Amino acid sequence: MAFLDRTARSMLLGELVAGLVLTLRYFFTRKATINYPYEKGPISPRFKGEHALRRYPNGEERCIACKLCEAICPAQAITIEAEPRDDGSRRTTRYDIDMTKCIYCGLCEESCPVDAIVEGPNFEFATETREELMYDKAKLLSNGDRWEPELSRRLEMDAPYR
Amino acid sequence: MSDIHSDAAIVEKPGRRTVEFDSHAINFGPQHPAAHGVLRLILEMDGEVVERADPHIGLLHRGTEKLMEYRTYIQNVPYFDRLDYVSPMCEEHTFVLAVEKLLGIEVPERAQWIRTMFAEITRVLNHLLNVTTYALDVGAITPSLWGFEEREKLMEFHEAASGARLHANYFRPGGVNRDLPAGLTDRIAEWAETFPKFVDDLTVLLTTNRIWLQRLVDIGVISAEDALAWGFSGPCLRASGVPWDLRRAQPYDKYAEVEFDIPVGRNGDCYDRYLVRMAEMRESVKIIKQCLAKMQPGPIKVRDNKFTPPPRAEMKRSMEALIHHFKLFTEGFHVPSGATYTATESPKGEFGVYLVADGTNRPYRCKIRPTGFAFLQAMDKLANRHMLADTVAIIGSLDIVFGEIDR
Repeated sequence: MAFLDRTARSMLLGELVAGLVLTLRYFFTRKATINYPYEKGPISPRFKGEHALRRYPNGEERCIACKLCEAICPAQAITIEAEPRDDGSRRTTRYDIDMTKCIYCGLCEESCPVDAIVEGPNFEFATETREELMYDKAKLLSNGDRWEPELSRRLEMDAPYR
Repeated sequence: MSDIHSDAAIVEKPGRRTVEFDSHAINFGPQHPAAHGVLRLILEMDGEVVERADPHIGLLHRGTEKLMEYRTYIQNVPYFDRLDYVSPMCEEHTFVLAVEKLLGIEVPERAQWIRTMFAEITRVLNHLLNVTTYALDVGAITPSLWGFEEREKLMEFHEAASGARLHANYFRPGGVNRDLPAGLTDRIAEWAETFPKFVDDLTVLLTTNRIWLQRLVDIGVISAEDALAWGFSGPCLRASGVPWDLRRAQPYDKYAEVEFDIPVGRNGDCYDRYLVRMAEMRESVKIIKQCLAKMQPGPIKVRDNKFTPPPRAEMKRSMEALIHHFKLFTEGFHVPSGATYTATESPKGEFGVYLVADGTNRPYRCKIRPTGFAFLQAMDKLANRHMLADTVAIIGSLDIVFGEIDR
């Protein structure tokens, strides 16, 4: 009997038909794919993307050159030089991030005591040349200016957990 | 394909020269997609039968262990994401447990539940990738397309908790980085309800499929004694019938408080290894549900600011907290002298860290015990007298990832 049963199952292609029926059912379910450049997957307020240097609402840059991010960076991607400005306040003269070395661990953002360096929601910053990924202070500040509404909203949403 | 001329018998006859080959050597990889990374396997063939399989490793060697000696303990956590890049949080888990053991700190309850839950989410993530791409290796495309949809959901959980889809840097010595965001537990609970249905669908596609059975059953058989002798662990060992699971044998975090079964195979062939992984995914979902049910609100890291940074609001108010913050992010914490071998059940098997601390803020030595290394060394035994196409099935069933093997 077991032999008959096995032979019948084998000849009737039972499991193959079951598999095909299942694929046919999936064929009519809702598509899981998204039309990428026009639709994007969800991103949480914690997403660690492209870096930005933020400013205070009055336009003054936040970074005080404490170099905590430079010290914690496991990839040693951050280079900072600083000296007192004409008005006596301490600010960076150079703030470089080598984005080709960065591993997006988020420790710079965690370490920053004034919320200056943040990892923003942008993940579409591919460039054609490697040199363009050597971010300097001007580039990081312009990122900050461009993304500020989004950055402050994200920081506010995630503040209770930090 | 290249020939090995060592065994060639050259017969000279007047006017013509005949060359006979006894064996052929094939370079399998390092760019072969079925080699699961950068495995260079030199196969000595007798026709289409494998006489000897010789894995050459080291193409992905990055010197992780040495680099770790020059980083503080906090900076070392991201390295573990990049070892077994298919199950990042499980690897972090081992390291943070080792550091906590040397520091002698007790992690808060909620952090332990979160870590247990995410270790299991990572296990599902790993097994989904393995089973579905394994099907791809032996000729079925559909499971991988469906499986990646489920993986996408799990990666969103990773991203919501840690900010990164893969290289999480979420587990920290003393707890986890941040608490779970509001609503995430509901989404995970919702997923845990629907996921077993997906495993059922995958079962319909594969488990009884005759092509799948023909490719897997009785391929790469290893007995329980041999598996133990070769240092197997995880699903590959359990498929041979040894019910050994570190989550049960030496529970860490909250594994002692959750109920789960350990699926065990009987024959130790590729098919049993597949079945064990499928069953483990269902068990993981059970554990995730229990974690969600038993998780209580509370602190998610040790309150001692010598080991974990103070909350940001406090850091901006209190001078003492600010000093701790600066101290922690520049110098890190000092770990008292000592050595520990800490092993966890990563999705692939026993993943161990032998950590030697010398009282400074950096590890003196950190030896990583990769899981896949033991599987790969048995490659010659497993593939012996099998067909060439079966080596693909065997490699897929072993679930090897070169990030951890080459380190």
